[in-house]
Amino acid sequence: MSQAAQIKSVQFESVPSIEIDYMELDNIIANEFNNDKENLIMILQAIQRRYNFLPRPTLAYLSTKLDVPYSQIYGVATFYSTFSLEPRGRNIISICLGTACHVRGGERVRERIEGALNLCDGETTEDQRFTLETVRCIGCCSLGPVIKINEDMHGHISSDQVEKILDPYE
Amino acid sequence: MKIQSVKDLEQIRQDYSQRLYYPEAVKVNIGMASCGIAAGAKASFDRAIQDIPGGNGISISQTGCLGFCEEEPLVEILGPGKPRVIYKNITEDKILETIQDYNEGNFNKKWILGQMRDPRSFLEDDIENPLANVTPIEGIPFLEEIPFYQKQVKIALRNCGYIDPDSIEEYIAKDGYLGFLRALNEMMPKEIIQQIKASGLRGRGGGGFPAGIKWETCARHNGDRYIICNADEGDPGAYMDRSILEGDPHSVLEGMLIAALGIGSNQGFIYVRNEYPLAVKRLVSAIKAAVKYGLLGDNIAGSDFNFNIKISTGAGAFVCGESTALMASLEGQVGRPRAKYVHTVEKGFRQNPSNLNNVETYANVPAILLKGADNFAKMGTTHSKGTKVFSLVGKIKNTGLVEVPMGISLKDIVFDIGGGVPRKKKFKAVQTGGPSGGCIPEQFLNLGVDFDELTKVGSIMGSGGMIVMDQDTCMVDIARYFLDFLKEESCGQCNPCREGITAMLDILTDICTGNGKEGDIELLEELGMMIQKFSLCGLGTSAPNPVLTTILYFRDEYEAHIKDKKCPSGVCKPLFHYEIDEEACNGCTLCAKRCPEEAITGEKKKLHHLDLEKCIKCGICYDACKFDAILIQ
Repeated sequence: MSQAAQIKSVQFESVPSIEIDYMELDNIIANEFNNDKENLIMILQAIQRRYNFLPRPTLAYLSTKLDVPYSQIYGVATFYSTFSLEPRGRNIISICLGTACHVRGGERVRERIEGALNLCDGETTEDQRFTLETVRCIGCCSLGPVIKINEDMHGHISSDQVEKILDPYE
Repeated sequence: MKIQSVKDLEQIRQDYSQRLYYPEAVKVNIGMASCGIAAGAKASFDRAIQDIPGGNGISISQTGCLGFCEEEPLVEILGPGKPRVIYKNITEDKILETIQDYNEGNFNKKWILGQMRDPRSFLEDDIENPLANVTPIEGIPFLEEIPFYQKQVKIALRNCGYIDPDSIEEYIAKDGYLGFLRALNEMMPKEIIQQIKASGLRGRGGGGFPAGIKWETCARHNGDRYIICNADEGDPGAYMDRSILEGDPHSVLEGMLIAALGIGSNQGFIYVRNEYPLAVKRLVSAIKAAVKYGLLGDNIAGSDFNFNIKISTGAGAFVCGESTALMASLEGQVGRPRAKYVHTVEKGFRQNPSNLNNVETYANVPAILLKGADNFAKMGTTHSKGTKVFSLVGKIKNTGLVEVPMGISLKDIVFDIGGGVPRKKKFKAVQTGGPSGGCIPEQFLNLGVDFDELTKVGSIMGSGGMIVMDQDTCMVDIARYFLDFLKEESCGQCNPCREGITAMLDILTDICTGNGKEGDIELLEELGMMIQKFSLCGLGTSAPNPVLTTILYFRDEYEAHIKDKKCPSGVCKPLFHYEIDEEACNGCTLCAKRCPEEAITGEKKKLHHLDLEKCIKCGICYDACKFDAILIQ
């Protein structure tokens, strides 16, 4: 097992078991999305909104509910970049790395944030305070470089402002 | 109320046209698309709602984006018998003063972008200009006179920034749904398709395939036909579709309705990016309103025509902009493209004939039906008709969305509309077409922009992103950036794309870190041609474009990286360092204050020193220095 894979598996085992409310899940699948397997992506999004990530038991449950092979559900959950199979932090930092942000120094902002939090793309701080994600263009190119923390947009960032911007998010 | 006829529509049009153009009291329109909100429009809106008591008649309303993103938040104020004024950069702290400024008639020039000459869209030439009898403010330019707007012609963006996107009535007031009702009552499906064919409208999503021919082929195949709208705007640096959905969602619904009539379909889908939550919200509200008025659903406008639209959201996969991948994703599957021996117009979504166009294409359709194909075809070049919306971003003064007639030169767009490169830096290239496009150098600035001309110089139109680059942009790094993007987004099915892009990226990363070797450029070219030739879908076949065009036009930069181990633009960190110019430094201390590593020292008004051991090349000093005293070596 490579070192990276080892770290991953350790992280996974340390995931606290969370309680899944299956009644609520049924509600999402049946009422909001009609038990329709074509809505799989949107159902997964709803689950991720609820739990902040995709707990594996919900995927297995979905498989029987929608009569879709687990492999396909796992495939969808890992193919699309918005889904996370691991718990994410209380605050999600999305660094825009669209071309406009890139030419205006988005990469430097990314380096600075990675350095300040000691994180790489897709990782979460130990205290669960931040998860770092990169996105390709949020469409606010006039404000580049842009980062989005939860729903707040921060524009025209230079790398020396990073700490000040992160500070208020607990 | 369900709309049954053109007469019903006309009634709403008259009512709301009156309210839109002749308000009874002062009305404040705040531009609230995502870009405006990010710049602070929501805060301004909330402040205005909270602090302006309803009693004195002032009403606050939201609109879409007027396109001039650089000056956002934009706020338009109009009042009975008074000019319509657009204020710029109106953040929360300025909104109350701005309204006061308008009410008192001071018209503070510093805050004003311009005044409107005529708020009608080109569809409304049957009514009088509501500002015809209003005396304009002296010394304030009309919007059309500002360089940013001067050369623009708005068809797809005709209503963006002029109406409340959540109000179907305001859309109807701007001649909305009239084109559709006429098509429903007076035209045969064949005539509708004929009109689109005659207009010469080509798909605005990237490929530029003639929309009319696509519709015609789809209509020829039997089965449950589907009308699908591609709103998975994945090209980084392009956001015109987002702006249309957020500013004028009904124009897209109407375009889809017309396509459904022409092709013969009862079900539509809009596939929207997950990153555009506001667009989804406005679409949901638009569909609800259209259903309420009987313009969507069963027995539309009293006829036997049924059409429903479902919204599906993507989940962050660039490749899902490709037609077959998009349809797989709509079916709830992994978004992998398939070979197109059988096209989606024959067997697409659920193995049925499916017509896929993008947001901007559909937004053009109602205008074509209302004003006639000839009118549309008059604009543009021989093989590219009408207008195109571009997002002008990157190292450019006037960032924003611009809609211009096809055939206008790159120079007009970048320098006249965009105002050129800021901070007196030198223009280097403009990148079009997103990751599938290429970088166009200065020598082609006179090129007339249309589908074919851009292809000739190795780039493509794509969805309309135009990223301007200046002397501080390293072209090797840009090529590396795009390949890094594509490597992440390649679905991994076919070898040439999956392995080829990775191999090219490895070489480029070596070049950018100082490990480039003689022969790397040739190897990149060879690999690029292989990937172009043998990849399965459009993502792979166009993936090498950013590398091949930068090699073609900026080979010297590649050579500097490989042979001299230098990055002339100061981007690739291992290949340059900063130095302080002894002559230019006047000891202003700004760089020393901002350096996060305390690598710069020096007393006030004395030459500063840079400690290369401590310097992390973050570039803050380079950007901060106003005297060009930080040099890239």
